[in-house]
Amino acid sequence: MKMSIKKKGKKLLSVEQRIKRRNFISFASFFLLGAAGLRGWKWLYHSPEETPGITAGMGKPLRRALNKTELFFRNFFSNNHLVQTYPKSMAAKKVRVNAHIGIENEGFKPESWQLAVVKGGGDILNLTIEEIKSLPKTEIIYDFKCVEGWDQIQHWAGVKFVDFVSNFNLQQQATMQYVGMETPNGEYYIGLDMESALHPQTILAYEMNEQPLTLEHGAPLRLIIPVKYGIKNLKRIGTITFANQRPRDYWAERGYDYYSGL
Amino acid sequence: MKIIKEKHPFVMRWTHWVNFPILTIMIWSGLLIYWANDVYTVTIFGHTFVNFFPDWFYKVLHIPHRLAEGMAFHFLFMWFFTLNGFFYILYTILSGEWRELVPQKKSFKEAWLVLLHDLHIRKTTAPQNKYNAAQRIAYTAIIVMGLGSVVTGLAIYKPVQFYWLTWICGGYHLARILHFALTLGYVLFFVIHVVQVTLAGWNNFRSVISGFEVLEMSPPVAVEMAAEETNASTDQDNIADQVMDDPIHPAENIQ
Repeated sequence: MKMSIKKKGKKLLSVEQRIKRRNFISFASFFLLGAAGLRGWKWLYHSPEETPGITAGMGKPLRRALNKTELFFRNFFSNNHLVQTYPKSMAAKKVRVNAHIGIENEGFKPESWQLAVVKGGGDILNLTIEEIKSLPKTEIIYDFKCVEGWDQIQHWAGVKFVDFVSNFNLQQQATMQYVGMETPNGEYYIGLDMESALHPQTILAYEMNEQPLTLEHGAPLRLIIPVKYGIKNLKRIGTITFANQRPRDYWAERGYDYYSGL
Repeated sequence: MKIIKEKHPFVMRWTHWVNFPILTIMIWSGLLIYWANDVYTVTIFGHTFVNFFPDWFYKVLHIPHRLAEGMAFHFLFMWFFTLNGFFYILYTILSGEWRELVPQKKSFKEAWLVLLHDLHIRKTTAPQNKYNAAQRIAYTAIIVMGLGSVVTGLAIYKPVQFYWLTWICGGYHLARILHFALTLGYVLFFVIHVVQVTLAGWNNFRSVISGFEVLEMSPPVAVEMAAEETNASTDQDNIADQVMDDPIHPAENIQ
């Protein structure tokens, strides 16, 4: 600032004047910028909620930020980035049950359950648990992570989703961008980006701790997707769909990040 | 005779004041996230001394049931926190300001003298430039802590894609604890910082807004000054520098 005064060839100000002048400019800027920042914060904090759709329950700019941040971090996703696995002895004997959404109805009969894979064009593939169990079994013992902050080393076994896709000739469907999964009663539902679904550690699980799944853990078939938070690990899969748009997602409708990837 | 001594460059002041609200938002939104699973305690030999946090703490801060909101804010402002810190570090390195900031060999010894002096146990303290030894350590540490928060944060945020970061941090659990502990560190830093700034007085505080301090020249130098009064103001700053560094004619800070 002093330099500019010199350049303009103005009369030199006294030290007192310079002090006053610089104090005024800096403090005025400080308070103006501070007020602007506060306004910006108020705008963000009270920003209107997004129009409810596939995602809901979050302020518009915050949702936009979540989606942009997803795009940035998806650049780092790789099938070579594997979740750390642990020895069997470290797996929890008492596996935490955090929610029953979508699997509460009492009338559910696992024996008569069938998985419906919606192939598109009105073509639905119905599969029994035996058909799914006939595929190669994959085990994983890893640290299951909940969006709430807790985690637990758990032992699951089932069919790799990528194996499932190739065995039931779903390669065509797997070229689409998203997979959707829902409970038979449609009360819990999730959407996955295809690359996460096809990650080599994503499995359709039917065993936990080397025993068939219990009902509260999602019998007869549930999703175990270690590259996502627990909220995406749908229990009791009823239908699987494929789409190029985001399928509906229970927690994304309640303010959470759609991607929720780890 | 008053003179103006340049102290804090614009970038330092800008990043300092931008960081303050951002870090506040990060701590607040971090609490919204932590609330969902508030398991941390300080337990020694089976006795829990501290529970993070008691119920009233959340009630006072209106925090319950806002995990989604906390995450949305946390993952937006992490960008600003990181960019602002990156900008500051880049500037500090390129401008050479780091020489005034990074602790020197003698700083660790001198920091004790500063501490004893500040606690009114010792009357004198070591001569200093912009920052005294204790400040060099504290202000460098807070930057390292900021870096630590970004690293541990990423390690928790993407433990699969950035598995090597999680590994460096000693695993998911330790990364999360470190991330939490660093936050406690900021709060502690803030308390001490505010007390120290209050004690240091207006001239010092103002310099972080306006960039300069006002010094009262001691007479012999003032005579010299009068002769040069019409010269370029940068000369005055040079003299001011000499005055500051001159242990025989220490400059006296005034309002």
